[in-house]
Amino acid sequence: MIFMDAVILSRIQFAANISFHIIFPTISIGLAWFLVYIRGQADKQPNGAWDMAFKFWVKVFALTFAFGVVSGVTMSFQFGTNWPGYMKTVGAVAGPLLAYEVLSAFFLEATFLGIMLFGQNKVSPAVYKLSVWLVAGGTTLSLFWILALNSWMHTPAGIEVVDGKVVANDWLAIIFNPSMPYRTVHMLLASAATASFFVMGISAFRVLIGERGEDIQKTLRMASVVAAVVMPLQILAGDIHGLNTHEYQPAKLAAMEGLWHTESKVPLLLFAVPDEATQSNHYEIKIPQLASLVITHSLNGEIRGLDEFPNAHPPVFPVFWGFRVMVGSGMLMLVLSWVTWWFLRQSSSVPIWLMRVLVPATFIGWVPTLAGWYTTEIGRQPYLVTGILKTADALGQVSGTTIFGSLTAYLLLYAILLSVYVTTVFYMARTGAKLPGHDASQPSSHALAG
Amino acid sequence: MEFLTRDVLVLSFAALMGIAIMAYVILDGYDLGVGVLLPQAKGHDRDQMIHTIAPFWDANETWLVLGGGILLVAFPIAHGIILNATYLAVLIMLIGLILRGVSFELRVKAPAHRLELWNQMFAIGSATAGLAQGFMLGHFVVAFRDDWASLLFAALVAPCVLSAYTLMGASWLVLKTEGDLQHRAARWGRHALWLTALGIVLVSLATPIVSPRIFARWFSLDRIVIMSPIPLLVTWAVIWLSRWFYQFDADEHDHRAWIPFTLTIELFLLSGLGLAYSTFPYVVIDQLTIWDAAASTPTLKMILLGVVIVLPPIIVYSAFSYRIFKGKSTHLSEA
Ligand code: HDD
Ligand code: HEM
Ligand code: HEM
Repeated sequence: MIFMDAVILSRIQFAANISFHIIFPTISIGLAWFLVYIRGQADKQPNGAWDMAFKFWVKVFALTFAFGVVSGVTMSFQFGTNWPGYMKTVGAVAGPLLAYEVLSAFFLEATFLGIMLFGQNKVSPAVYKLSVWLVAGGTTLSLFWILALNSWMHTPAGIEVVDGKVVANDWLAIIFNPSMPYRTVHMLLASAATASFFVMGISAFRVLIGERGEDIQKTLRMASVVAAVVMPLQILAGDIHGLNTHEYQPAKLAAMEGLWHTESKVPLLLFAVPDEATQSNHYEIKIPQLASLVITHSLNGEIRGLDEFPNAHPPVFPVFWGFRVMVGSGMLMLVLSWVTWWFLRQSSSVPIWLMRVLVPATFIGWVPTLAGWYTTEIGRQPYLVTGILKTADALGQVSGTTIFGSLTAYLLLYAILLSVYVTTVFYMARTGAKLPGHDASQPSSHALAG
Repeated sequence: MEFLTRDVLVLSFAALMGIAIMAYVILDGYDLGVGVLLPQAKGHDRDQMIHTIAPFWDANETWLVLGGGILLVAFPIAHGIILNATYLAVLIMLIGLILRGVSFELRVKAPAHRLELWNQMFAIGSATAGLAQGFMLGHFVVAFRDDWASLLFAALVAPCVLSAYTLMGASWLVLKTEGDLQHRAARWGRHALWLTALGIVLVSLATPIVSPRIFARWFSLDRIVIMSPIPLLVTWAVIWLSRWFYQFDADEHDHRAWIPFTLTIELFLLSGLGLAYSTFPYVVIDQLTIWDAAASTPTLKMILLGVVIVLPPIIVYSAFSYRIFKGKSTHLSEA
């Protein structure tokens, strides 16, 4: 029975945990760098609009970061509990990379977060600014290490396999493995895009409920500009990333394109329902030769199909659709960001109707981020580490029933916490994040004077 | 690097894991303890209590990630066995830590009428995490056996560890608060002390009973001489702590408010030392030693390199952060 199958349940549990985790880092990494910028502006014009902006966004950041931390601590126990075979086989690579992340990134961001949130009136402005920088640097460093490891799992390099175990030979080759630069850039841009839409959405919401603060206009503009610049870069980066996948993970690419047989002049499928049983697609809507053009930069280019990887290709449907959801929502974000920018340039304000669109798009970055990760990770199946370790061989001895129980507990908790997070963010937007309980009745200068 | 033999490496990582776990238990111990005590206070005092730990909790929790991380990367086999054996307790601990971490933010950021709810979640999360960790300690001491007596024992250790955290929290509050709250913290410390002492006795009795080898180690004459300072010092610390808490007078004694915190740390360190001495070189008592469980030599070298480079700065900037927030935290305010 599927409910008791430990492999499937472990995979669902891991995916649920990391999906819940990643939605917070994608916001906090981008937002941390926004805070660096806002702090810089605020230091140039003390007590102005940028100061107000900083006060508001640092609180939103604190909330997001806390959710990221607690879900991250959970993640750090997932490797051992769900995948002991993983450490046994590839521990020589995964161990040091995970250790370096904890040592170089987690302590840094956690310690300076304390100073950033509570130390403004206790340290000099320079030290304070440094803390804001170090928090942002810490989040980015942790992205670097974890993506180095994750990329290595997709495109292993710098190792040899001795007695079924991985031995590290060349650390530079391991860290800067073939897909690592692409993945890191793509993920950094994903964070920037997600955080921009987040800031745009919340700022638009505050304008719509009647707040007239100059700080809100400034953050709306700042985020719009970043989004408009980042979106085309992200699409470009994604395209180049695809070429890398074509080279190193052809089975994944074939699944992304829904290509069952090796062909030249491959069409780009806009819509299709891939069918594993018949090894073909139903209801195709396609643009002739375009996939060949995109992937091989030639109208007649040949792409290897799934038939070249019998019994060793990923499930096609989720990879195919994960990719389309990512690209589709990415295009939507591009349009939205450019329209917003266009209005800002024309009349230096965003029309009401557009703000009404930006508010529901507050969390739109989560869609391509998750869809992209699902494409990437499911596309690696049946391997956990390409060519070295199969997912099924990495499993622990925990029984299916136990995992079923823990999975249910996690899912329930996460559903509640996610809705609490979203409603709290909007509540903070509505109240300007005045702290209820002890700060509500006092003027906002209290924080500086205290 | 000739001196980095496998023996040296494995011992270094055992020591490092011990240090990380001690650092976690002491540091997150005080903030979990403050969480447990939160329902004892009212209104404004609660904010005061949270203020004492707010700048630190995230970094404190990172020691857990480091301790668990070292177990995972340096002793991968042990990590598999231990986390499988304690799957449920770990799950409960994580849920507790999640509840506590988000409540920190939500209690001041969610609508005001929810303040009580998040205060409760904060206390429940802290208590749950502490109990789960206590259960794990108890289960470790009985070599992860699953018979009812072993589980009962682990269940007994759980509240003792929780009260040790509470003691830590109360001592921290004596150090970081003033006035009425400081007085009440001293009273809380008094109550927490006795269950803590019971826990130390329980674990000390159980460890040799579970393992004949540990029994032999304890009760050979020369070993008794080596070991004897530990129980003596523990007894001394308990007595001094209880006298201190009973006679506390804020006006007279505030300049010595660091004493209970220091004594409690000493208590924790001694207990950790005793436990390490008794169980060494096992990571899973009578089953798996650090030598069997350790990762390959090149892996350990690679990690050690990172530790040697990064740990000193971590200690420096952690100390820096504690200096910034030194003194009473009455006037702490958020950015
Ligand atoms: C793209 C970036 C990214 C990815 C893929 C991951 N993380 Fe993460 N993680 C972060 C980016 C991040 C971050 C930006 O550094 C966090 C998020 C919360 C926060 O806002 O800091 C963080 C926090 C965070 C923490 C708490 C650190 C602290 O106390 O400050 C832990 C223990 C982990 N993560 C562990 C993991 C593990 C084991 C992952 C993989 C399976 C993982 N993270 C994926
Ligand atoms: C942060 C965003 C990530 C998301 C959304 C994500 C998502 C997923 C999903 C959906 C699976 C299940 C695939 C399947 O079983 O078909 C998976 C598997 C896995 N991923 Fe990721 N992943 C992420 C990052 C990472 C990172 C950074 C690592 C390691 C460094 C990692 C390691 C693994 C492992 C060990 C598995 C288990 C094997 C498996 O189930 O296939 N993942 N991930
Ligand atoms: C619109 C054009 C886009 C293209 C062509 C594109 C392309 C790709 C490709 C080829 C992959 C990697 C698959 C593999 O593992 O080989 C990928 C992964 C991913 N994409 Fe996109 N992408 C686009 C937009 C976006 C957007 C807008 C976001 C988020 C805001 C995003 C987030 C991600 C993430 C998080 C991953 C997984 C991590 C990684 O492998 O880097 N993508 N994308």
